[in-house]
Amino acid sequence: MSDDAAGGAPAAPGPTPAPEPAPAPAPIVRAEGLTKTHHGEGAPVHAVRGVDLTVRPGEFVAVTGPSGAGKSTLLHLIGGLQRPDGGKLWIGGQRVDTFREARWAVLRRRSIGVVFQFFNLVSNLTVADNVELPALLAGASPKAARDSRAELLAELGLEGRERAMPGELSGGEQQRVALARALVNHPALLLADEPAGSLDSKGTREVLRLLSRFHQRGQTIVMVTHDARMASAADRVISFFDGRIADDAQLGGGRREKPGGVSRVLDLKE
Amino acid sequence: MRLPLLALLTRGPAHGYELKQDLEKLLGAAYPQPNVGQIYVTLGRLEKSGLIEGEDVEQSGRPNKRTYRLTDAGREAVLAWFEDTAEEPRVRDEFFMKLALAPQSGMADPITLINRQRRQYLNTMRDLSKLAASEDRDNKISQLLIEGAMLHLQADLDWLERCQEELE
Repeated sequence: MSDDAAGGAPAAPGPTPAPEPAPAPAPIVRAEGLTKTHHGEGAPVHAVRGVDLTVRPGEFVAVTGPSGAGKSTLLHLIGGLQRPDGGKLWIGGQRVDTFREARWAVLRRRSIGVVFQFFNLVSNLTVADNVELPALLAGASPKAARDSRAELLAELGLEGRERAMPGELSGGEQQRVALARALVNHPALLLADEPAGSLDSKGTREVLRLLSRFHQRGQTIVMVTHDARMASAADRVISFFDGRIADDAQLGGGRREKPGGVSRVLDLKE
Repeated sequence: MRLPLLALLTRGPAHGYELKQDLEKLLGAAYPQPNVGQIYVTLGRLEKSGLIEGEDVEQSGRPNKRTYRLTDAGREAVLAWFEDTAEEPRVRDEFFMKLALAPQSGMADPITLINRQRRQYLNTMRDLSKLAASEDRDNKISQLLIEGAMLHLQADLDWLERCQEELE
């Protein structure tokens, strides 16, 4: 699903022809000097101050840090939910910081899935419609949208809940619906903003298990969390303080491809 | 190891190897496996101090096995153990000392220390997640033990975050 996003090569110093021994795949996310300041009442808040970040295909990156450190703002900038004041941003090799809302909407529909702490489902649509809607908006036929929805809901253990309204579901179930909605268009990038922030420990485990499962299949994920247990499921943890990256750590000692390593972390028995 | 063994013996007499197996079954693989030698040594000491009584049972073609039963004094000791509350876990004082002394010595940067320590905790957290996943889901005691370890570690990570906020 990265084909459509690989279009325009950036005019700025190119990220792709880096003089590295092995040709690395184009990053899913590349940010340079990303900056965002919130102007509200009182003093301006420098939420993101000159962040450089590269996320490669297949990575599962967690961003942790104290509340108010700017980690959610960073995620929103990457997903185009907020616009940076400065810096450059590429998604799938395409320069996007200059995009207006209409182009962002298209990009998000095709290439970026987002899940939020409070699910943000459409409360007067059924579970099935919540999941099918983004597929239809992206141009899928009604049948294709139904098929994708059925497949995802089965996968997420929500068979039989298609006709339910979001309000009739538990928090954990609502987050699974939100995950299905985010993934229905097979986005190259999944963004998760405190996805277990309003769930109990059972719901948290469930969401983690599913994120890990999609990651194992190659889904690129960037997740903001204050929960170290969530963060340790990722293979890279960025510590965010005061609008800046304080540390960027590969877990498990660098690139891990050993069988049964990260892949089995949360493969809980059903 | 003394009191857990005594507590197991409140159920009735048992020999050393039985006690080891019971302990393993109860606590799961998460807990450091008690080695059998350590158990025999402990049982010997408990017998010497009069908390248990040993009796040799003959086995055909094999060395005698020694079975232990709890004495009244032993039962009292177990009761007193349950009466008492346990001590609080201690703050990680060694890292704290490093953090306190880094600026004094000028030989290490506190933020670097914090980042390094965080990486270690995160990796441990990851190992614990793996362990929780590989352990029997139905062994509640073992799962709770792992969850306890994770919550402690979460607290340590939260504290590192506070240190970083203050010292950055």
